[in-house]
Amino acid sequence: MGLFTIFIPEAYFRRGALLAGASVCLLVAFLLSQSAVAANPLPGLGRMPDASELAALTKHVFADGRGLPQGSGDTEQGREIYASLCAGCHGNEGQGGSAMELVGDRSLLGTEYPDRGIAVYWPYAPTLFEYIKRAMPPDKPYSLSDDELYSVIARLLELNKLIDSGQRVDAAVLSSMQMPNKDNFRSGYIETGRGH
Amino acid sequence: MKKSNTRFTRRRFIQKGVSGVAGVLAAGTMPGSASAGSETPASWLVPGNGFSNYGQPRDSRDSPIRWISADRSVPGAGVSWTPLHDLEGIITPNGLHFERHHNGVPDIDPDTWELTIYGQVDKPLVFDLNALHRYPMTSKIAFIECGGNSNSLWHSKPSQAPAGYVHGLVSCSEWSGVRLSLLLEEAGLKPDALWLVADGLDAAGVTVSIPIKKVMDDTLVALYQNGEPVRPENGFPARLLVPGWEGIVNVKWLHSFQLSDRPLMSRFDTVSYTDLLKGGQAERFTFEMGIKSLITSPSPGQTLSGPGFHELRGLAWTGNGLVARVEVSADGGKTWNEAALQEPVLDKALTRFRAPWHWDGNKAILKSRAYDSHGQVQPEREVLLANKGSNVYYHYNAIVSWSVNSDGSIHHIYT
Repeated sequence: MGLFTIFIPEAYFRRGALLAGASVCLLVAFLLSQSAVAANPLPGLGRMPDASELAALTKHVFADGRGLPQGSGDTEQGREIYASLCAGCHGNEGQGGSAMELVGDRSLLGTEYPDRGIAVYWPYAPTLFEYIKRAMPPDKPYSLSDDELYSVIARLLELNKLIDSGQRVDAAVLSSMQMPNKDNFRSGYIETGRGH
Repeated sequence: MKKSNTRFTRRRFIQKGVSGVAGVLAAGTMPGSASAGSETPASWLVPGNGFSNYGQPRDSRDSPIRWISADRSVPGAGVSWTPLHDLEGIITPNGLHFERHHNGVPDIDPDTWELTIYGQVDKPLVFDLNALHRYPMTSKIAFIECGGNSNSLWHSKPSQAPAGYVHGLVSCSEWSGVRLSLLLEEAGLKPDALWLVADGLDAAGVTVSIPIKKVMDDTLVALYQNGEPVRPENGFPARLLVPGWEGIVNVKWLHSFQLSDRPLMSRFDTVSYTDLLKGGQAERFTFEMGIKSLITSPSPGQTLSGPGFHELRGLAWTGNGLVARVEVSADGGKTWNEAALQEPVLDKALTRFRAPWHWDGNKAILKSRAYDSHGQVQPEREVLLANKGSNVYYHYNAIVSWSVNSDGSIHHIYT
C-alpha cells in the first residue's frame, strides 16, 4: 500500500484530504486483491482465425513430403528455367559461382576440401521444394508456379545424377526419394523435441 | 578504414580543436571578449548545440560502426559485425547490433501485422500487435550469436581484421516481450506438439524448427530491444529470443508458429547451420552456443602506446548458464591469472572481464580462457580442430591469441 501513496500528489494532503487519500489506497488495495484471485489469469486477447485465414496459412513442406502440392515437371522444362534463372549465380552445371554449389563430388565429403551439393549434402528432397519456392530466385521469390518448381527440381536432380534425363518429378517422386547423404546426419538435440 | 587507435586520435583531435578556437577568440577585439584567456575551454564561451528528437553518435567519422559483408548479386544476403573492439560494458547499442540477413530487411506495417499460432493446438490463435503489447511483459538481458560467428578461423590462416569484424556476430541486449509459453498455453498444446516451426516474414523462406521444451522454458516473443521497439534490422515488430541458442532460431519479423509432431527439416534445419565433422558426418540441431571469450582491448588494429600499465578487457559468454571464471595469459598460455568479472554476471548474457597487465615492452602473447557454470571450458584451437575437423563452418569457440610486438602492434596468431 505504501507504493500507492507516493502517486497521490502532495498538494492533496496539503489541502487536508489525508482521509480521502487513505480511502483511495484502501480501494486500490481491494481491487488488486480481487484481480489477483481471478479464475483465469490468461489475457485471452488472441482471436480465432476464420476458415479462409486458416486455408491461407503457410503450408510447409516437411521432410517426408507432407505439404507438397499437386502438379509435376520434367527435366527438359527444368533445363530452360535453370538456364535463365539459376545458372547466373549457381553455374551452368550447378558447380557454384557467386551462390553455393548445387552439384558436387560426393567422394570428397570426408576430406579437407569437401563439396556440398544437393546429392552430397542435402538429406531430404522435399526440402528443395519448400526452400526454392519461398526463396528463389532471390529477386523474385514465389514467382515460380508449382509445375515450374517441380521442373527446376527435376533439372537439379538430373544434374546430381539422382534421376534420368526426361524423368518427371512430382510429390510422389520427391517423397520417396532416398538422398545419398541422409544417414550421415545425426542430431545434436534429440528429435522428439522434448530435449535431453 | 578505421584509424589504428580511435581513442588516442580522438583525444588529439579534441585538443587541437580547443586550442585553435580559443586562440581565435583571444585574438579578437570585440567588446566582451577580453576576459577569455587562452586556457579557457572554448565551450565556456559560446552556447552549445540544440536538442534532438533522437540522439546520434558524436561524429560519424570516428564513431564505432558495423562493417558490412554482403553478396554482390544479392545485396540483402550477408552480415554486418558489431565492432566489439570499440565498445565497453556488456550492452550493445541498438544501431550496432550485428545483422545476419538472408534476403534483406522486410518493410512491415505494424497496423496490419499479425502473428498466427496453428497446427497441433486446441485452438489456433491470431494476435495483432496491440494485443501482444497488452500481455504481461518480461525482460531478459541476453546475447544473440550467429552460428557462423568467427567462422573464418576454421581456415588455416588467422584473420588480421579488427576483433569485432571477426568475432562480432554476437551482441547483447535487454529484450522485452511476451513469454511464448503464455501464448501457447492459451492456444492449448496437443500432446504431440513437440516442435515449434517458426516462420519469418523476410523474402528468404527462413523457417526453423525449435524443440518445444526450450520454447516453453524461456523463449520470448521480443517487442523491445534495450527499451525501444525492436529495430527493423533486428526483427520489427516482433522476433524470437531463444536465449543461448544460435542466432538463426531467434527468428526475426515473426509471421507464424506451426506446432508439429516433428521438425520441418527446412534448409535452415538441415543444410545450413549444421556442423560438417571430420569423416563426413554432419550434426544438426546443435543449438546451444559454446563457452567462448576474447580480449577486445587491446586487439588487432590497435597499438599499445608504450610499456607500463594496460588493462586487458574482454567479453565471455556461454549458451549454457553463466560465465563462472575467465583467465588471462600474457605469455601464450604458460601462466594464467584470473580476471575480474564485471557484475552483474547474467545467465546467457555477455560478461565483461578485466585484468591489469604491466607490459614490459617485449613480445607477448595475450589469451583469454573462459569456464561456464556447467563446467565447460573454452578449448584451445588445436583441440577443437582435432575433435571436429576444419570444415564445421559453424560454432567456432576456440581460445583466441593476440601477439604483441615490441613496437606495440598487435596481430592475430594461432598457437
